[in-house]
Amino acid sequence: MSAMMETPPRLQLDRVSKLFGGVHALTDLSLQVAPRQIVGVIGPNGAGKTTTFNVITGAYRASSGAVMLDGKAVTDEPSHRIARAGIMRTFQNIRLFADMTVWEHLLVAQPPTGSALQRLLPTRLANPLAIHRAQEVLEFFELGEVRNRLARSLPYGLQRKVEMARAVTARPKLLLLDEPVAGMNHDEAETIRNLMLKLRDDGLSILLIEHDMAFVMNLCDTLYVLDFGVLIAQGRPDEIRVNPTVLDAYLGQAD
Amino acid sequence: MYYAGILADVGILVLGALSVYIILSTGQLSLGNAGFMGIGAYLTSWLTVQAGLPLTPSLLIAALAAGAIGVVVGFPALRLKGIYLAMATLGFGEMVRSFFLNFSAMGGPEGFHGMQHVSTGTIWIWAILVLVLVMVLETSQIWLEIRAVRDDETAAGLVGLNATSIKVGAFGFGAAVAAIAGGLFAHHHVYIEPGNFSFERSIDFVLAVILGGSTVAPGALAGAVILVVLPEYLRFLADWRFAAFGALLIGMLVVRRQGLLDRALLRLARPSSPA
Amino acid sequence: MLIQQFVNGLTLGAVYTLIALSYSLVMGILGVLNLAIAELFMLGGYFGFAVVLAQLPLPLALIAGMAGSALVAAIIERVGYQPFRTAPVVTPMLSTLGFSIILQNVATNIWGSDPLQLTEEVFAERFNFGPVSISAIQLTVLGVTIVLVALLAFLVQRTSIGRALRAVAENRDVARLLGVSAGRTTLIAFMLSGALAGAAGVLIGLHYAAITPYIGVEIGLKAIAVMVVGGTTRIWGALIAGPLMGVVEVMTVAYGGSQIRDFVVYGFMILILLLRPQGLLGGSGRNQDQRV
Repeated sequence: MSAMMETPPRLQLDRVSKLFGGVHALTDLSLQVAPRQIVGVIGPNGAGKTTTFNVITGAYRASSGAVMLDGKAVTDEPSHRIARAGIMRTFQNIRLFADMTVWEHLLVAQPPTGSALQRLLPTRLANPLAIHRAQEVLEFFELGEVRNRLARSLPYGLQRKVEMARAVTARPKLLLLDEPVAGMNHDEAETIRNLMLKLRDDGLSILLIEHDMAFVMNLCDTLYVLDFGVLIAQGRPDEIRVNPTVLDAYLGQAD
Repeated sequence: MYYAGILADVGILVLGALSVYIILSTGQLSLGNAGFMGIGAYLTSWLTVQAGLPLTPSLLIAALAAGAIGVVVGFPALRLKGIYLAMATLGFGEMVRSFFLNFSAMGGPEGFHGMQHVSTGTIWIWAILVLVLVMVLETSQIWLEIRAVRDDETAAGLVGLNATSIKVGAFGFGAAVAAIAGGLFAHHHVYIEPGNFSFERSIDFVLAVILGGSTVAPGALAGAVILVVLPEYLRFLADWRFAAFGALLIGMLVVRRQGLLDRALLRLARPSSPA
Repeated sequence: MLIQQFVNGLTLGAVYTLIALSYSLVMGILGVLNLAIAELFMLGGYFGFAVVLAQLPLPLALIAGMAGSALVAAIIERVGYQPFRTAPVVTPMLSTLGFSIILQNVATNIWGSDPLQLTEEVFAERFNFGPVSISAIQLTVLGVTIVLVALLAFLVQRTSIGRALRAVAENRDVARLLGVSAGRTTLIAFMLSGALAGAAGVLIGLHYAAITPYIGVEIGLKAIAVMVVGGTTRIWGALIAGPLMGVVEVMTVAYGGSQIRDFVVYGFMILILLLRPQGLLGGSGRNQDQRV
C-alpha cells in the first residue's frame, strides 16, 4: 500500500498536526491519495476530519508537518493559491454564493485563462473557453434544466450537485468532498456515487469524508480512520470493517 | 440656468455614488470617498490651472493618481472588515479634508479658484461613460468574482479567487471614479475649498447608493436623481428635506434593503436578457 | 505654555471620554457603530441650554441633557436598531446614520444654524495654581466626568443591569438562555449611551458657552477615533484614550495650527486600526471575549 512510488502521490500529508490553543485537533496525521483513487476519511464526530480538510485547503495553518500536492509542498500557501494548484472542496453545510444562478457558479469557478483583459470584457464575447467548459460541467452533472435558477433556491440534493460541479469546473487534481451525501435518500446518493466514479475515471482523485458507512464501503479504495485527531487505522474497507480498534472507537460514541 | 445647475449636481452625484457602489460591490462600505473626490478636485485643478493641461487628460491623470492612492491605502485597510473598515475610511476622508485645510499651496481654508468652467453637458458625458463602463464590466468575469467575494470571501478563496487583490482593485477603481467626480465638480463650480469634501459629502454618496439600489450600477443613477430632484418636488418639505431623507433611508432599509433598483427589477425591464 | 495646554487637553479629553464610552457601550455589546451618538451629544447640549436659558439651576441642565438624549436614544433603539438586529452590523449602522441626519435637521429647524450663546459665561472664575490657570467650568467638566464614569463602573460591575449588559456582550443566545431579556438589555445599553453623550453635550456647551447643530460632526465624530484608540472591545479604554487624544489634539492646535488637528486625531486612529486593531487596552488581540 505505501510502497515506494515512481511518481509522488497526488496528495501526501506528512505527520500533520494542528493545535488550537492547547488542544490537539490533529496529531501526526499521515495519509496519501494516489491519482485516480477514491480515499475515505471516517471516524466519530469531532475526530478531526473537517479539520484535516481545512488544513489541506489552507483555511487552517498546520502547526507542524507538511501537505504536498504531486510532491510539491503547499503547506503554507494561501487558500486561493492552493485552489489554483488543483485542490478543490465542498462543504458540510453547503456554501453556495447567495445571488448567483447555477450557470454563474460554473462561470466564476473557471480556471484563469488568457489575459487579465479577458476577465474585464463581457464573458459572452471574450471567454468562449469558459462558456464551453461551464456547459460541459453543466451537462456532466445534468443541471441543464436549472441552469438559470438561483442556486440557493434549489432543493437540497441539487444544491449539493451544484457545489460539486463548481468544485470540478477548474479541472482540479484533487477533490475534497465533505459529507457529499448527508441527508440524501438512496437514489440521490446513488447519483452522487456514480458521478464520483465517473470523475475518478476521468483522472480526478477524491478524498471523502462521510458518515454513511454503506456508501463508503462500496466506493473507497482506501479508508483512513481518525479518532480524537489521531489516525487509528488505515486499509481497505473490508479490512477496516472488522478492525477491533475501529469498532471500539465507534461503539464508544454514544450516538 | 437653474435646471442646468441641478442637472450638474445630479451628474456629479452619479459619479460619486458609482464610486461607493464599486467598492460596496466587494462588500466593503466606504464612508470616506469624499476624500478621493477632494484629491481628484485639487489635483485636476492644479493640472489645468498651474500646469496648463486640458481638462480630459487632467481628469485621467488625477483619476489614476487617486486610484493608486486608493490601492496603497486600501491594501492595509482591507484587512479590516465591516464597521472597522467603515471607520477607517471615515478617518481617511477627514484626514484628506484636514490635509487640504492645511495645504496653503492651494489656498488652505480660503480655497482654490481659477478653473475654466465646464458645462453640464461635459459632466454628463463623463457620468454616462463611467456608468456604461461599469454596466459593461458587470457582464464580465471579474464582476462575477467580485460578487463571489462579497457573498462569501472564504468560499471564493477556495474556488481560487484572490479576494484581497479583488477588493483592493475595486477600492482603487472606486477612488478613481470619485476623483473624476471631484475634478468635474471643481471645474463646474470654478472654486473649491476643503469643506466641499467633508463627511457629509461621503454620506451623500452612500445615501444615493443605498436608496437607489446597492446591487446594480444604475442604482447610483436612480439614487442621485432621488437625492437631488426629489427635494425640488417636495418644496413643502423645504426645511425638512434632510430629515425626510434620513427617514427615507431608514424606511428603505426596513422595507427594501437592496434599494430601489435591483437585478430582478432590471431584468423585467429588459425582455431579452440571458443569465 | 505646556502645562496649561495639558489642562485644556484634559478638559477636552473628559468630554471625549464620555462620548467614546457612549459609542463603546453600543459597539462593545452589540457590535454596532451608532452614528447617531454624535447628534445625541449635540442634542444633550441643546436640552441643557434650554434649561440654563430658562434660568433654572445647572444640575437640572445636566439632568435634562442626559434624560433628553436617553429618551431619543430609546426611540432610536426601537425604530432604528430592533428591525435590524439580525442583519449584518453595517445595516443598523446605516440606520443610525439616517437618524443622525434627521436629528441634525430637527435641531437646525428648532434652534437655527447659528450658534446659540449664553449671555454670560458660566462658572467663569479661574483658579490659579502657579503657572496653571483652570476655570471653574473646566473643574466642573472634569468632576462631572469622573462622577459619571464612576457611576457607570459601579453599574456595570456591581448591579444586575451591568451583569445583563456583560452577558449580552458575551453572547446574545446564551444571555437569553440565562433569562436575560436581550431586547430590554439593548434598550438599556442605548439609553445609557444616550445619557452619557447627552451629559457630554451639556458639559461642552457650558464650557464653550455656545452650541451649534454642528458640534456633533465636529467633536462627536472624533470620539469614534478615541474609542478605537482605547479599544473597541474594552470600554474602559476610553478612560485612557480620552485624555490622551484630548491632550494630543490641543497640543497639535497649540504647536501645529488648528488646520491639522483632525489629520492628527484620525491619523492616530488609522494607525491603531492597522497596527493594533484591538486598541491600547484591548489585550492580546485574540481575546474577543471581554467586551465590557
